[in-house]
Amino acid sequence: MKEKILDVKDLCVNFKTHNGNVQAIRGASFDLYKGETLAIVGESGSGKSVTTKVLMGILAKNGEIASGEALYKGVDLCKLTKKQFVAFRGKEIAMIFQDPMTSLNPTMTIGKQIKEAVLEHTKLKRHDAKLRTLELIELVGITNPEERYRQYPHQLSGGMRQRVVIAIALACEPKILIADEPTTALDVTIQSQILELIKSLQKQIGLSIIFITHDLGVVANMADRVAVMYAGKIIEYGTVEEIFMSPAQPYTWGLLASVPDMANKDIDLYSIPGAPPNLLYPPKGDAFALRSEYALKIDFEEEPPLFKITDTHYAATWLLDERAPKVEMPESLKKRAQAMAKEALAYGSK
Amino acid sequence: MDQNDVILEVSNLKQYFKMNRKFTVKAVDDVSFKVFRGETFGIVGESGSGKSTTGRSLIKLYEPTSGSVKFEGKELTGKMNDETKRLLRTKLQMIFQDPMASLNPRKTVMNIIAQGLDIHKLYNSAGEREEMVYQMLETVGLSREHAHRYPHEFSGGQRQRIGIARALIMSPSFVICDEAISALDVSIQAQVVNLLKKLQNERGLTYIFIAHDLSMVRYISNRIAVMHRGKIVEIGLSDDIYNNPVHPYTRALLSAVPHPNPHVERYRQRTYYDGKDVDYDLGSYHTINGQHMVLATDDEYKSWTAQ
Repeated sequence: MKEKILDVKDLCVNFKTHNGNVQAIRGASFDLYKGETLAIVGESGSGKSVTTKVLMGILAKNGEIASGEALYKGVDLCKLTKKQFVAFRGKEIAMIFQDPMTSLNPTMTIGKQIKEAVLEHTKLKRHDAKLRTLELIELVGITNPEERYRQYPHQLSGGMRQRVVIAIALACEPKILIADEPTTALDVTIQSQILELIKSLQKQIGLSIIFITHDLGVVANMADRVAVMYAGKIIEYGTVEEIFMSPAQPYTWGLLASVPDMANKDIDLYSIPGAPPNLLYPPKGDAFALRSEYALKIDFEEEPPLFKITDTHYAATWLLDERAPKVEMPESLKKRAQAMAKEALAYGSK
Repeated sequence: MDQNDVILEVSNLKQYFKMNRKFTVKAVDDVSFKVFRGETFGIVGESGSGKSTTGRSLIKLYEPTSGSVKFEGKELTGKMNDETKRLLRTKLQMIFQDPMASLNPRKTVMNIIAQGLDIHKLYNSAGEREEMVYQMLETVGLSREHAHRYPHEFSGGQRQRIGIARALIMSPSFVICDEAISALDVSIQAQVVNLLKKLQNERGLTYIFIAHDLSMVRYISNRIAVMHRGKIVEIGLSDDIYNNPVHPYTRALLSAVPHPNPHVERYRQRTYYDGKDVDYDLGSYHTINGQHMVLATDDEYKSWTAQ
């Protein structure tokens, strides 16, 4: 059994707005093992970014952790004060964001920005800090570190900037890296370079990664395990193969089916009807029931618990209850899973 | 799709931007293609390849440096007469990437959508104007109550629908979608793409679909042009481009797209291409089969097809 590095239990987060309390996260539980990549997927507003903000202690001022805990090395991150968090942020848990241009300071050279992080968190002297900075620049695959050290963010391309952001995040050798849509703003060619970089760094320094994205292709590439979030809850989680090959929750079905399928170009793309619920007034029962064609009567009354499918695969849907009528995953998805398996065989033999 | 019915013909389009006395950016450099009535023509490429500039030059957001753009047989470059201007501004429409940035935050949805009608005086009474907007809102899957709200009150997918409504109320025959779905969530993307397809079937629209999301482009397009450094490096039926890419840039681009299949992702081999040793100015278009063409010199063509 691998070592558990982070354990989030029943996390609830509310935001006070002048319209009332928005229940952004309504009891999310997940764990992260050492050296693995956990992908969190979901629509915008599902609470995936808020979850990571809790872990970084950068929740907006009107946000409040109503209940739950996030255990890291025996410390509950939810109970730390701002001051106490300083020791964790960067050093134990670091984060990279979607748009590198907005997370870098345009008036500082990139060398200085990386060195700032090094000086802040280590006891290195100036000169050593510079050497460490050059080392970091090289680590993230930027050539000519001496020259780049003196350049400003606007002189770099988008991919290079994201590399700099990664270098800053790695400056204090964190154990957990949270990547919030790190490649969404980048081109596909650059995206695959950055993903490869993150993967090789993970191997080199044994990072555990929480990867937030809505691109299922990226998930397939990066993740060991996947957690699907909807309306502030994790409604299904399992290994990446389990989620792609044998998903169990109707929302996950919808999500997978809305990815274009090359084999059937003439069929309309599946789109999930309706919109996510307003979390000012979260619905009773299963939050997805209103949009789901598989909803049972009980879905509107009681929230489904997480049912165990295998040791690693859990899903929150009443369809898995013994008393529920037997419902199988939609035909199109089944076909696609078969096609995937075939494709994989063809690839494996190459 | 009728191959003889050309709705838009672009020949030798050049769009240069003079940065200073010594330096000129050749954003679009000698691009030619035809778009047939009723088809979807995809343009892909990474940022800086000139795909958006091409779209913007077609609709005359920029005045092209040289070359010709013929829409329904009328020349759009240079000075246009009033009739051509009217044709361009009604029958040719554009949907932009970021709906928040392209909708005026201080106007109601009603006034945003009706702006084109106002300018071209396409209604007789205020009542008729309202009715047209209401109908359009319903066509794109919004409701009449939405007409009196402001853009910030909508979600991303709804805003994009407003952008689509604004373009379609002029009853265009040709719509340029510049990264129209890139900013949306996967499930919302599917909704908008289905809507675009439905409207195409109902109204016989022609689309140019500019995007960097190659899987969506393949799904929606009949033909695709791959752009790199201001040139079309490969053009052809979308299946030809995806199943049998010839140009190394197209291959690199396709190999970079992640497949939503975890088994395949483990083994996926990337090919790389920086194109520094290829001078596109030397090449000419070689036909591979039918409509599939690639920009190459004779030697390059031989070595690329031999692989």
